[in-house]
Amino acid sequence: MKAAAFDYVRPDSLRETLELLEQHGDDAKLIAGGQSLVPMMAMRLTRPALLIDINRLAELKNLKRSAGSILMGAGTRQRSVEDDTALHAQLPLVKCALAWVGHAQTRNRGTVGGSLVHADPSAELPLAALILDARLHLKSKAKGERELPVSEFFLGPMFSDTGATECLTAIEWPVWERQGTGAAFDEVAIRHGDFALASAAAQVQVDAQGVCLRANVGAGGVDGVPRAFPAIAERLVGQRLDNDDLLRSVAVDATATCEPGNDPHASAEYRRHLATVLMERVLRQAAWAAAASFEGSK
Amino acid sequence: MSKIKLTSIAIKVNGVVREAQVEPRTTLVDFLRDTLFLTGTHIGCEHGVCGACSVLVDGDPVRSCCMFAVQADGLSVTTVEGLAPERGKLSAIQDAFCEKHAMQCGYCTPGMLIACHALVERNPHPDEAAIREAISGNLCRCTGYQQIVDAVKHATGAKSGAHD
Ligand code: FES
Ligand code: FES
Repeated sequence: MKAAAFDYVRPDSLRETLELLEQHGDDAKLIAGGQSLVPMMAMRLTRPALLIDINRLAELKNLKRSAGSILMGAGTRQRSVEDDTALHAQLPLVKCALAWVGHAQTRNRGTVGGSLVHADPSAELPLAALILDARLHLKSKAKGERELPVSEFFLGPMFSDTGATECLTAIEWPVWERQGTGAAFDEVAIRHGDFALASAAAQVQVDAQGVCLRANVGAGGVDGVPRAFPAIAERLVGQRLDNDDLLRSVAVDATATCEPGNDPHASAEYRRHLATVLMERVLRQAAWAAAASFEGSK
Repeated sequence: MSKIKLTSIAIKVNGVVREAQVEPRTTLVDFLRDTLFLTGTHIGCEHGVCGACSVLVDGDPVRSCCMFAVQADGLSVTTVEGLAPERGKLSAIQDAFCEKHAMQCGYCTPGMLIACHALVERNPHPDEAAIREAISGNLCRCTGYQQIVDAVKHATGAKSGAHD
C-alpha cells in the first residue's frame, strides 16, 4: 500500500513551522518520527495534502535538567532517552516504559512528543506521562504558548488536545527524589513490541522504614485513553507496601473504573483481568525498586 | 488532478552519493529498490510490522517503509548490499548466518542482518536476551529464530575468541 500524493516541506525553524501550520491548518500534518503516521498514510487512513517534516529541528531536541524537573524537547528520539543513563536515574518510570515501546528500529525514529500527540490508549509513553503528571508545552503562531497538564491532554483514542495549527514543543517531566523512589512498567501484548492488550505502570516513594510517601498507578489499553488513579493510589500513603492485600485492593478498585473495549484480540473481561493483575504487580515491583534504592546508598 | 511534483534528493547509499528526483510519497524502500535497483532490501508489509525493509540510517537501524525517501536527503544509508567488507567477502555476521543455517527462504534475512549488525555495533558481546531483543522487530516465518540467535552468538564469540 502506498500513501496518497502530498507536498513535502522541511522547515529550518520552529517559527517557520508554525507559520506553515497557520497557513495550511487541517490540510497539513507534522511528521516527527513517523512510526505511526507513515503506516497510517500507507493504509490511507489519513491523507494530508502537506507534510511538514520537523525531524531536524534542533529547537525541539533540547534537554534542560533542573532539580525538580526535566524539560524535554518534543522531538527527542525515544532511542536517545533510552541511551541517556543519567536521565534514567531521574525518570525511572520513563526508562521502564521505553523497554516496551516498539522495537529498536522504531525507537530510532520515534519521538517522545510524537507518541504523546498520537495518543494511542495502549501506548507506553502517554501512560508514563500521566503517572508522573507531566506538563505539556504547545505553541502556535496565532495564540503563542500554551501549557497544560497531561491529564487534560488525552481526549479519546488517537485524539489529543493539539490544535490544527499547534505544535507540541516540550514535555516537562517532574523528577521525584532519587532516594526512596522506585518505578515499574509491565504489559501483555500478542508479541513483544506490539501494542499492549493491557499495560500498567507505577511509581512510588518510600522512606527508610518502607512507609509510602507518594504513589501513583495507572493502566493502558483498558479505556479510550490511558488512565492514572492518583486518588486511589493515595490510599497507599502512610502504609507499608509489603502488604499484598492492600496493593490488590488498589488494583481492583482502579480497574473497576475502567471501561475496556471488546475486540478480536481480547475481550473486555480479559483486559480487566490483565489490568488488575498488572497493576498489583507493578506496585509490588515499584515498591521493591524503591526499597532497593536505599541499599545502593549505604 | 494536480500534476506530479518531484523533489531533488541526494542520499549517500553504501558510501556513494546518489542523486535523484522523487515524488515525496516515495518511501525509502521503494527508492532503494525501484530507483537504485538495490533489491537486497525486502518489502514485506509496507506498514512497519515485519522489519524486512530494515536499513541503517546514519548507522542506526530503521524501517525504510516507515520513512519517505525525501526524509533521507543528505543522510547516509547502508543497505544489506553495503554490509560486506569488500566484493566477494562476507561480514562476520553474514558468514555466521551461513555457518549456522540462519536462513531458509531468505525473505527476512536482509532485515535480520541489518538488525544484527546494528546490535553488534552497539554491543560487541551481546547476551542471548540482547540478541532476542535486537531481532524482536523482525519477523521470520521459517527458522523459528533459534539459528539466527545462534549465528549472532557464533559471530560475536568468534570475534572475542572467548567462547564457542
Ligand atoms: S516492509 Fe517495512 S516493516 Fe514490513
Ligand atoms: S528465512 Fe524465511 S522468513 Fe526468515
